[in-house]
Amino acid sequence: MNADWHAPNRRQVLMAGLAGIAGLAAGASLASASTDQVAAEIKKVFGDKPLSEGKIKLDLPSIAENGLVVPLNFEVESPMTDKDYVKSVHFFAEGNPNPLVAAFHFTPMMPKAAAQIRIRLAQTQNIVAVAEMSDGKVYTAKKEVKVTIGGCGG
Amino acid sequence: MAKPTPRIRMPATAKAGDVVEVKTLISHEMESGQRKDKDGKLIPRKIINKFVVKFDGQPIMTVDWHSAVSANPYQSFFVRVPKSGTFTFEWTDDDGSVYSAEQKVTAS
Repeated sequence: MNADWHAPNRRQVLMAGLAGIAGLAAGASLASASTDQVAAEIKKVFGDKPLSEGKIKLDLPSIAENGLVVPLNFEVESPMTDKDYVKSVHFFAEGNPNPLVAAFHFTPMMPKAAAQIRIRLAQTQNIVAVAEMSDGKVYTAKKEVKVTIGGCGG
Repeated sequence: MAKPTPRIRMPATAKAGDVVEVKTLISHEMESGQRKDKDGKLIPRKIINKFVVKFDGQPIMTVDWHSAVSANPYQSFFVRVPKSGTFTFEWTDDDGSVYSAEQKVTAS
């Protein structure tokens, strides 16, 4: 919004509130802003490595009634041997105030690159998973979750 | 807030080389830093930001948690039991506290 305010007066505060409501209504524009944010975060972690589809089984409910507790289940296809294993799996949320969700760092001691966690989602949005293999290849998957009651703020 | 209590559910015995499921839960409010109190002030963030699983002292999985992880964080995953030994689970709080739990597993 107004990046240059120092001492907002009443009108500015009201306007900012209205702009916020408008922003919520225009969900599409809000989501696209965060898609860029997620892309920037992915770049921070993985640099310019090409992202391929596949390998990741990402399981989230299509509709989450309560955004405070959304189960996230994943498994990355890999033999998990010393030579060929999943190094890390990062999760990003396109519609949360903070796009970072969680990052798993695996070792070949683990039999499967799989886990289940529970996450908070502020609104309907895409969850993006990015997995890096021990050979440096990077895979990605995406799943949309429709959220009925948001899980941030209050 | 009460001291976080970790809970672990996994088999205490297994065949050597077996893959077993581990379910973990720790009581913690995971204050996201996004919520406001009655006076409109932001409640400072206080979450568990790291979860580490070790076998006989050697880390086998490290997970970074951010503010999107739900309160009372639950995580389930799979481990291999290479031999009899001890799995250790450590949660690190934003304030630096470390909460830990362990489970001895006997391999046959």
